[in-house]
Amino acid sequence: MQEVQKSDRRSRKFNDIDHYNLKTNGKYYLLPFRFQRITSEKEIIVNEVGDYLILPKGTFERIVKRLIQKETEPELYGDLIANFFISEEKISPLVDILATRYRTKKHFLNYFTGLHIFVISLRCEHTCFYCQVSRVTENKDKYDMPISDIDKGIELMFKSPNPHVTMEFQGGEALLAFDNIKYAVERSEKIASKMNKGITFVICTNLALITEEILQYCKEHKILISTSLDGPKYIHDSNRNKPHASSYEYAIKGIELARKILGHDQVSALMTTTKLSLEYPVEIVDEYFNLGFQGVFLRNISPYGFALRTEKSKYSTEKFLFFYKKALNRILEYNFKGHYFTEDLARIFLTKILTPFNVGFVDLQSPAGLISGVIVFNYDGGVYATDESRMLAEQKDYTFKLGTLGNNYNELYFGKKAQEIAQIWSNEALAGCSECAFQQYCGADPVHNHATQGDMYGYRPNSDFCQKNMEIIRYLIELMEGDERIKKIFESWVKQRN
Amino acid sequence: MLLRTKGIPINIDDYIVGRITTDPTNIDSHSILLCEDEIPEFEYFKGLAIITKQQEPRLDNKEKVVFKIPALNHLTNGDLISIGLDGNISTLYRVNSYHNTLLATERCNSNCLMCSQPPKDKNDIPLLYSIYQKLIPLIPKDCIEIGISGGEPTLMGQLFFELLSQLKTELPNTEIHVLTNGRSFAWINMAEKLNRLGYNRLMLGIPVYADYYQVHDYIVQTENAFYQTILGLHNLASLSQRLEVRVVLHKQTIPRLTRLAKYIYKNLPFVEHVAFMGLEYIGYTPHNIQKLWIDPYDYQNELGEAVEFLAGQGMHVSIYNTPLCVLPERLWKFARKSISDWKNDYLPECSLCTKLNECGGLFTWNLKKHSEYIRPFIT
Repeated sequence: MQEVQKSDRRSRKFNDIDHYNLKTNGKYYLLPFRFQRITSEKEIIVNEVGDYLILPKGTFERIVKRLIQKETEPELYGDLIANFFISEEKISPLVDILATRYRTKKHFLNYFTGLHIFVISLRCEHTCFYCQVSRVTENKDKYDMPISDIDKGIELMFKSPNPHVTMEFQGGEALLAFDNIKYAVERSEKIASKMNKGITFVICTNLALITEEILQYCKEHKILISTSLDGPKYIHDSNRNKPHASSYEYAIKGIELARKILGHDQVSALMTTTKLSLEYPVEIVDEYFNLGFQGVFLRNISPYGFALRTEKSKYSTEKFLFFYKKALNRILEYNFKGHYFTEDLARIFLTKILTPFNVGFVDLQSPAGLISGVIVFNYDGGVYATDESRMLAEQKDYTFKLGTLGNNYNELYFGKKAQEIAQIWSNEALAGCSECAFQQYCGADPVHNHATQGDMYGYRPNSDFCQKNMEIIRYLIELMEGDERIKKIFESWVKQRN
Repeated sequence: MLLRTKGIPINIDDYIVGRITTDPTNIDSHSILLCEDEIPEFEYFKGLAIITKQQEPRLDNKEKVVFKIPALNHLTNGDLISIGLDGNISTLYRVNSYHNTLLATERCNSNCLMCSQPPKDKNDIPLLYSIYQKLIPLIPKDCIEIGISGGEPTLMGQLFFELLSQLKTELPNTEIHVLTNGRSFAWINMAEKLNRLGYNRLMLGIPVYADYYQVHDYIVQTENAFYQTILGLHNLASLSQRLEVRVVLHKQTIPRLTRLAKYIYKNLPFVEHVAFMGLEYIGYTPHNIQKLWIDPYDYQNELGEAVEFLAGQGMHVSIYNTPLCVLPERLWKFARKSISDWKNDYLPECSLCTKLNECGGLFTWNLKKHSEYIRPFIT
């Protein structure tokens, strides 16, 4: 057999590790990353795709001043190279991997609008004090979405390039217009199957009007049920007033019946934190746990709408954060005992913090989810950028009205209003966000900025959105860095189920 | 187990690849007759050759014969062998084994500290390729899996793709598992070439030894190897090639092992399988043992953390080459009986063990260098 040419041969002598140092000029380059103090002793650095390192305070400064040397701090130096914080070449040899990872993080942009909210009726038989919009009335003509508008909404929905759309019926109380829902579902099913698109149906309902018959229909058409549950009876009934009846009893009975007919996981519940709720974090968590839910979404009250019209229902972000942490600790106690039980806001943040993936959650993404993730067709034919936008409209604020169902697709989705919003919907390009360490974990919310601060761009230093999200993110990181058990629990929450 | 033997050749003027048969009445044009007794008389011998242990066989001048072979009982009916001009007899395919591997070449562009089969700078590619061209059509069509290893198989260049193409045509139902360092696929045209085969039974097992280039490059003794391997994995994944990452456990990989697990999850979440593998005491390893040895018992924590993290994120993880008694019980479900039958063995004390049937045991050559903590389970 022929010997390989000498020039093609490599030495088979073993070299030591220094031989494989590719850094020749003793210098390293910085890749884009941001930093933040997270405890009195520690700071966090976060790269462009959300990978982070927790370091002793002062390390960021030393990194930037090129004071980290591989000879004296090989472990840290290796961590910085491996995690895309610094590079020994001006352009990292793995820049293509970083680019792929960035695309993965922004994957939610690939498909455009998925969630289509149809406000099928504004009528309701509840008079919840925090509700921004509903009306107790029999006037169907004025407050139900007419069939002709349903048709137009469906037509727009199927213009979305998204291969899988969600059609969500909201109210008022959506079930007051159940016949129209049936019409909309059956029409959409036909079109979806003809166009070979996926479609998910959701009815948002307080369950007071639910019947076996309705649920059988839901089962037949694979419709999911989303309801409201604010906690134990004394909280729920106080928040959600149903004249001469207990809203709680209806909700519990309805959940039970819906689970029986549709299956346990086809029913979800959302809670809203009121001033009263703030006193009962443990009880609210226990309620969700005891009802057999896999988790709870701790949501603060919208800082606008009818809810804040009365001073007495307002509460500070600090108070909510205090409540949130107490409730989260209760949730962790369940997990310590071996139960899988999540907090959904935390799960959204943790997915961004711990995984290479992202979640398309409208209120916490950048670019923001309005229009590109969600669109709202109102009962009166108005088309809005988000659910909150139509609530502003009930107070005569039409800032986020994109047009009406009479407009065509381009006018609504790419019109002047959409373009105006698109200027300020990326936190990468907002003052106060552009340099924030948590930018990759957070999002932009122009509607919230407008509603609370009077302009869409917003002002971060006194933004309650900012205050709440930054503290929750910081707290989650502090928790898992301080307790290996919590880290394991959080990792289990973000496991990609396939 | 014996895979090579040798006898005295007669009339052998070219490499022969054929199928063993012990039945003189059932000879076809691919047969190699294995004779325990006297060579029978043939009017016309249709087979390729006759092999025998006999010292002075009856010979007629035409037939190709290898005689005076010291041992032949490792061969059974249906095994595929090659016979060299020098009378060397190599087993290429064992019909009763799930562990058949084609050695693509002994050349390699890396030089790993713990290489179990150190590279040779001989151009063996044309010869080996011509042998496999003859071999592949003879492999039973119901063969479950074939491995391709080296050396570095992609150094075959165009012949690498020819080899795979032939396997795909001849053995459409067989899983093919290629061990490669993946560096060649840093060049996208190589990945595209592979992709054009459209071979969905093909899996590439690619080693990554650290999350930090310098440690990986040191272990494989090659500059830029880490970046090439990661780019290779990335290029292959972008073309939907099925991939496995392999990590050998030793003193140089343990310190960054948990970081490596995170790195794999963050940057290579597309890999189908991650295998953590115990060190083999053969090849370069004995020479480099000072740099490599850490008792498996002493890296349980790091291994446990890495394995459980990846499995916890939904990735498919295995532990290879590690006896159960040096693994904490919670990791047993990841342990596989990974060692090929012909190089698998146990220590004398293992005969007392009640878990013997579930345990993958040791490499034969690791009987000389094994964990201090191997103990039979006696219950």
